[in-house]
Amino acid sequence: MTSVVLEGVSKVFNAGRADEVTALTGVDLTVARGEFVSLIGPSGCGKSTLLRLVGDLIQPTSGAITVAGKSARTARVDQEYGIAFQQAGLFDWRTVQRNVELPLELRGSPRQERHDRAREMLDLVGLAEFAGHYPAQLSGGMQQRVAIARALAVHPPLLLMDEPFGALDEMTRERLQDELLRICASTGTSTIFVTHSIPEAVYLSDRVVVMSARPGRITEVVPVDLGPRTEATRQSPGFFAGITKVRKALRGDPVPAAEPLVAP
Amino acid sequence: MTTAVDPVVAADPAAPVVARRRHGSAFVPPLLVGVVGLLLWEAVVTLGRVAPYVLPAPSAIGEQLWQSREVVWRTGLASGGNALIGLLVGAAVGLLAAMVAARFAYLGEVSIPVAAALNALPIIALAPILNNMFDSTSSVPRRLVVAIVVFFPVFVNALRGLREVDPIHRDLMASYAARGWTVTRLVRLPAALPFVFTGLRQASSLAVIAAVVAEYFGGLQNGLGSRITSAAANTAYPRAWAFVVGACVLGLVFYLAALLLERLVMPWRRV
Repeated sequence: MTSVVLEGVSKVFNAGRADEVTALTGVDLTVARGEFVSLIGPSGCGKSTLLRLVGDLIQPTSGAITVAGKSARTARVDQEYGIAFQQAGLFDWRTVQRNVELPLELRGSPRQERHDRAREMLDLVGLAEFAGHYPAQLSGGMQQRVAIARALAVHPPLLLMDEPFGALDEMTRERLQDELLRICASTGTSTIFVTHSIPEAVYLSDRVVVMSARPGRITEVVPVDLGPRTEATRQSPGFFAGITKVRKALRGDPVPAAEPLVAP
Repeated sequence: MTTAVDPVVAADPAAPVVARRRHGSAFVPPLLVGVVGLLLWEAVVTLGRVAPYVLPAPSAIGEQLWQSREVVWRTGLASGGNALIGLLVGAAVGLLAAMVAARFAYLGEVSIPVAAALNALPIIALAPILNNMFDSTSSVPRRLVVAIVVFFPVFVNALRGLREVDPIHRDLMASYAARGWTVTRLVRLPAALPFVFTGLRQASSLAVIAAVVAEYFGGLQNGLGSRITSAAANTAYPRAWAFVVGACVLGLVFYLAALLLERLVMPWRRV
């Protein structure tokens, strides 16, 4: 069963103008249900664009996108996915509880159900006791956890994450990575995760999609098989081997490398 | 001073420490400056033998204020009522106009410079014209002047707030398939509130000024403005000053009411 299918997707911004940019070209990608897929690549490789296409926040120039067996648009309207960004993007004027309730509210869920579901999600990210706080009272890491709880609130089959841990310190980051994996495993959620960090991509993913820029495209897909992640995973040879594979794939750009300094 | 551990900080050391102002003591320094200023004023006027028509002593003004307290109260209520009605009407119209202008991008772009230019005009100068448009027992002209004066700061600030939507919030609302009025109600309006209240705070003081000054140009003479002009015309300067003090207090009351309302409406800004 597939969660997301992209077929021959391309995206051109400002088509027909002097500042025309081909953000993505010829993208084919399939994400299986429950699968964790990371998108990694240099700035301008179109990984955020790809994520926004899946979320129907922008529309492709050509190609077809299917999310949960529907068109991307229908999937968005049906709230088939939850989304989180690098900034938590919480609503300052709502308490933590009411921030998490918002997607449910817009779905028309009854009050009691909203309340219970938000509580459940806040429990999941370990912030139940902060339900009555305003976002300004929380640290950056806590705000990001609220954003994740909000993204999960409608129990979406798909989670789209655009560098959600990018602005966090290393300690918080690793803790949230473990939390995210635990949540995805327990809810069976499929995830597309955009990141700049090779270790993060390898640690989290079933597959790492390596992209390159100008024009943005997928150059390689690196499968990662580390089994259930534990404390030891981050030190395991398999983890480092995965990092090396992804790094090589990133370097393997067709962009001409500098001439090797070898004597003739 | 208590040294109780902030629960947020205790739970997460990286949480921002919320600065808690000590409320009572914040008032002491400005109060002290005010009292010292009044004493200096009194000393300069009595020791320097300043003529009362140049500057009456605060004690003389205070005496007049006490003697005329009933008139000050009555005329203050009249001016305050005019200012309040004008403020409510002007702010409501300003807010509605901003919502309409924010809804249509082009309209918003065009109306900001126009409103800013109109705001620079001395609208109070309209008072004599408006006075002639209505009969002499009508309170409408003064209230209209107030409403027009209030409209601009509320409109300009509210529109700025309504137009600035966090791109992440926009994407989020799109991902929730929320559109139009839902987005306005849930995102645009609450996000614009700090801007709206900046406008309202400016408008609250302007409303009192407009209500008082509008009376200088005729119309119904039952407010503070008319008493200031008639006392000055009768060379009763301390009494004129007493009504000026009444107008100052009225302006302060309006400003503080706007501040209080702001804190009540936006509890998340207090944290």
